[in-house]
Formats: sequence, structure tokens, C-alpha cells
Amino acid sequence: MSAAADGTAAVPDARSEVMARIRSALGEHPPVVEVTRGYRTSGEHRPGAAELLDLLQDRLVDYKAGVTRSTADQVPATVGGLLERLAGGGRVVVPPDLPGDWTAGADVLRDDGALTSAELDRVAGVVTACAVAVAETGTIVLDAGSGQGRRALSLVPDLHVCVVRADQVVQTVPEAVARLEPRRPLTWISGPSATSDIELNRVEGVHGPRTLEVVLVTG
Amino acid sequence: MTTFLGIPSVGAPVRSSPGVGHLQGSESFPTAARRALGDSQLRSNIGRATTTIRGKRARVVGEVPDWEELREAGRTLKASTMARLPELLGQLEEQVTAAGGTVHWARDAAEANAIVTRLVQATGADEVVKVKSMATQEIGLNEALEAAGISAWETDLAELIVQLGHDLPSHILVPAIHRNRSEIREIFRREMPGLGTELPPDLTDEPRELAMTARRHLRRTFLRAQVAISGANFAVAETGTLSVVESEGNGRMCLTLPRTLITVMGIEKVVPTWQDLEVFLQLLPRSSTGERMNPYTSMWTGVTPGDGPQEVHLVLLDNGRTAVLADEVGREALHCIRCSACLNVCPVYERTGGHAYGSVYPGPIGAVLSPQLTGMTGDAVNDSLPYASSLCGACYDVCPVKIDIPSILVELRAQHVEAAAASGRLPTPEAALMKAAAVSMTSPFRWRLAQRASRLGRLLARGRDGQRRIRSLPPPLSGWTGTRDLPEPPAETFRESWAREGRS
Repeated sequence: MSAAADGTAAVPDARSEVMARIRSALGEHPPVVEVTRGYRTSGEHRPGAAELLDLLQDRLVDYKAGVTRSTADQVPATVGGLLERLAGGGRVVVPPDLPGDWTAGADVLRDDGALTSAELDRVAGVVTACAVAVAETGTIVLDAGSGQGRRALSLVPDLHVCVVRADQVVQTVPEAVARLEPRRPLTWISGPSATSDIELNRVEGVHGPRTLEVVLVTG
Repeated sequence: MTTFLGIPSVGAPVRSSPGVGHLQGSESFPTAARRALGDSQLRSNIGRATTTIRGKRARVVGEVPDWEELREAGRTLKASTMARLPELLGQLEEQVTAAGGTVHWARDAAEANAIVTRLVQATGADEVVKVKSMATQEIGLNEALEAAGISAWETDLAELIVQLGHDLPSHILVPAIHRNRSEIREIFRREMPGLGTELPPDLTDEPRELAMTARRHLRRTFLRAQVAISGANFAVAETGTLSVVESEGNGRMCLTLPRTLITVMGIEKVVPTWQDLEVFLQLLPRSSTGERMNPYTSMWTGVTPGDGPQEVHLVLLDNGRTAVLADEVGREALHCIRCSACLNVCPVYERTGGHAYGSVYPGPIGAVLSPQLTGMTGDAVNDSLPYASSLCGACYDVCPVKIDIPSILVELRAQHVEAAAASGRLPTPEAALMKAAAVSMTSPFRWRLAQRASRLGRLLARGRDGQRRIRSLPPPLSGWTGTRDLPEPPAETFRESWAREGRS
């Protein structure tokens, strides 16, 4: 600690003080700890394997998400059918770079980045792509990349239709972490929002989209 | 043992500031627990809840073939992080700053509250939305904001129930676990209309209907809020990435919609690398809610132009953590990832509930963390917490990062006895009792006398609810019965029975 010119003790700033406390707490020779990683860093199935698609579907359904299988050329019809059934033909918002034909025929609002939260609250649903999906945990991850848009899009509307390509499906959490770029804004989604706060009764759909529909694209 | 009394030298670890925040209750654990045990509604709510979560956790943990390897990785990662804390916090600060965020440091609760209050005031906002966060409960941030004229809205359903009920959380994960559905309906009916949410006159107590009422009540708040306050489950030093793990989507609302985001985080929450999240994202949800993965996990790194909050702050909080770090045994309590699995398996917690612990950190982990954060003086309220355990070890078995809670409890009990001795509170009743036993055992005559005298205890066991048990002994033995009842002494001693039966 340095003394000020007038003889009174200078008050150290919080950062130096906390750092000094930590160093003092650890002593001169903090223990050297080796990190052991004996856990699985990949699964037995290759990304996109049929077993993984079945597993992902099973886990998603377990958490009350809907799952529809589709071939690549059937995506527009599948998405259109879901929107018709679940959004009642209402307006849906899409990221600026979502493939145009995915929502052909729907009443689409393309996000230009200027839509307010209140405006998003008035649309019936949102359609996005995803970055990666984890079969074992029934998780899809959005990273604001291609076909996904900013985070508010997939949050405020009450229906989220998410299109997942088979090759985006990995088996384990470590495989997903390895595929993601941490500096992008990431949202890991496992089923629709839920609460168990009242007597531990699970209620699906609280603040996020109350309905999550996954379109699993194969072939 | 190290004690921190008086004015510490600069750089010496310091306990949390007394009088600010919620790390210590107003009465000792046995006193609070005795009252909680008398509340049959509370006991049945908590018993049902902990049994349910225990079952769910066991099922989803059982399906992970490498669970023990993940636990060991979690343990070594946390131990390694603590040993490298200065370097990792420095790196985290650098990365958050490089990504457009601002990092603040707080020595204690009062300083953290002042920083957050100043940041909110600078935005001109008079309200904030909050994501459930243990750190901000610990420092009493809501009260500090209220005092500055800023309304702090809790947005987690359970936290909302607690806040509207003018109540305190009783569980880390499900803070309103002590309330049943009809109580929750009454709270909503009483409080929400005054806050601008009209309720239908025929509102039932169905959980779905109550949850939808909360959704409607909070949506308006989310859409207008300019400032959000969160905690963080993890902060990655390597990349500056912060993470919040949640279920309802209230977290995503807070982390995405407002312009300004302020995160308050204990310094022990940092993890070294991005890859390390692959361990904790597997350990936490399965241990916590008993789910393979929680519905939503958000991760953000500083500011992303055009997406989410454009002003991002991180407040790094000490508030007694460095004092915990200074204890070579006790420091393991800092490895806690706040899953609450130890609460759900604890036979003591299951019967007393969370309020009896007096701190925002209840249950086994609270019993080791709270007294270390506040310090034990020999007669502080939190001195009773290391004894709030039967040392059965169930907490250690389920801990996802293998914190050896029983060993820390034993160590803290030893430290407490030393602290009591140092403050002149020895000899203890136990010591006096042992001395008396030694004297009475020196001759058969004295032993017989002592046994007959014990029969007087039958008088103490009379009456009360038909159960013949001794609930309190006179001083100096009252300390013993403070935490346990004694059976009524028998009418006849073994020696007397032996003599009588031998004669017949």
C-alpha cells in the first residue's frame, strides 16, 4: 500500500483490494490442480445418424415440443402446414436471411432489425433455422447465424417453428460446444419454456414461446 | 484457524459486511427450526417437493454413463479455478471489456449495491426487471434499489410469488416451495390488481392458470423495461462469455429486450475455458431440476450490435468470498454451482425447510457457506449452522462437483469450539457434564446415587402432548436439549431390575 503525499493512507481501488485479498488467501504457493477429463467428448454415432434423429425426436417430444420429419424439398409444405394449424394463418416474423421458399404462402414479416418488442408481441409466430442440435438432451442451439436472426425474434412470439437439418444433429453436449463460436449470442432451447414453481407441477409455456415445433429435415 | 477481527490489513481477506444483505438470520438454527417443525403445512409441502425432485434427479443421472467422470472433471475444474483466480479474473475482465462490456469490482454488499444503483440511475430508469439470482439476494440489492426509489421486479415465477407475498425464499431452485397453490392464488388476488393486472373473478388455483396469470402480469413489464439485472451461472475467462441457465424464459426476456444489462456475479463463478462449459452444462440441469437440459440457457459476450442490450455491465463481487478462500478446508464451499441437489437429499432440510437457516443459502451447502462468509465469532447466529446436520453424507454423494460438505461441517465445528474458547465461553456444558460423569463413576456408591437422581428427570418429561419426552433440561444442560429431545428416564435402573429379578 502506498502512502499519499499528505501522510494519510491512500484508499486502494476495489479491484486492487479484491485481487490482493485473493492472493493473500491463496498464499505464496497455491495448489497446482490437474484437470481430469475422463468423460465422453463424443458419442458412438456420427452427426446426422438415423439413431440420433430418433433420439432427438424422442427427447424433444418428452419435453412437449412437436416434431415433424420432412425431406428438404418438402420443407415449405411442412412449415406452411404447421403455421396454418398453429398460427391460424396469422402473421409470422422471419429473420432477414431465412430461405424465402420455407414460408411461401404465409403472411410473412421479414425482420429489418427495427421491429420493436411490442411489434414482435403482435405477430403469431416465428420461423428460424438453427446452428446445432444435441440428441441426448433434446436441445437446439441458435447462434444468430444463418436463418436465425437476432435473439428477440425467437423469444417474443408465442409459436417457434425451428428447422433442423440432419447434419446439424450431434449426440453429446461436448460435440455441440465444439461446434459453436462462443462470442456469438447463443440460446440453448430444450422444449418450450416451462415452470415447476407451483407445487412442482410442470407447466409448459411461461414467458418464452408456448409452442415449439421442430422440423427435422432428412434426405 | 484464521480469524479476522478488528481492522484488517490491506489485502487481507475480509468477511461479508454485517447488516447488509441476507447471509444471516435473526435467530439461531435450533430456535428457527423448532418453529418450522411445528408448521405441518410447510413440512408437507417441502417433503413432497424434495421427494419429487430426488426421484427426477436419480432417473436422469442414471442414464448418463460417464456421470462420475463428469463429477471428477467438475471438481478438478473448480479446484484449479480457485488456485488460478487472480489470473482468470484478470482475463475475464480483459475479454468482457474487449467485447464492449464494462467490468466493476465490489469488495462487499454495500459497494455492489452502490455500483448497481448508480448504473441504473445513470440510465434515468426508475424500474428494473430481475432474473432470479442468488448473488443479488445475498447482497440485498432489491432493498437498496427501493431505498433509491427504483422498483425492482422479480420475474421468475417463484421469486414473483415470494416478492408479492412479502416473504423470503426457502429453496435455491424453487424459492416458493413452502407455498401451496391456494396460498399462491390468494397472494395474486391480493397483490396483482394494485399493480395494474386485472384478475378474472373465477381465477382457480390450477398451476397452469396461475402460471398464465403471471405471464400476463409480467409481459407488459418486460416490454417496457429499459434495464435488467441478472446473476450469472458461469463466466468464461477465455472468451468473456457470461451464461444464465433457466426454465421459464423470463431470463431470456431480461437478457434480450432491455437496453441495459447489469450482471452481478461472485468472483468464484468464473470458469477457465469455453470447453469447460461442456462439463457444467451436463452436471447442472440434471442435478438441479432433474432435467436432461433446462429449457433455456443464454450466453452472451459483451455487446452484440443490433442484438440484445447495447450497454452491458459486469459487477464482480467479493463479500466474504476471499475469507472462505483463505481456509484450505472450507474453500471447497466456493466450488458450489447452486444446483440445490444437497437440499433435496438432506434429512434436516427436508424437515425444517430453508427459512430456518436464516441465509439465502440454505441446506447443507448453506450450512458450510453462510458461516464462512459471515464469520463465526463464538456467539453469532450463524455459529449454529455447522451443527444443522446429522453428517449422513447424502449431500456429498449427490454434489455434482463433489464438495465434501460433511468434512467441512466437522472442520467448522472445530473452528467454532476454538472461537468460543477464544472468546471466553468455555468450559462448555459438555465439558462440565464429562467432569461430573467422571466423579460419579469413581465408586459404585456414587454411581447408584447418580442413577437415582436421574429418576428426577421423569418429572421433566411429564405432560405436554401426551409424549413423555424431555424437551429441555435446566442450564447448563439446556444446550444439549436445544437441538434434541431426551427419552424419559426409566422408572427402574438396570441394576435395580437385576437385583429384583434375581430375588424372585
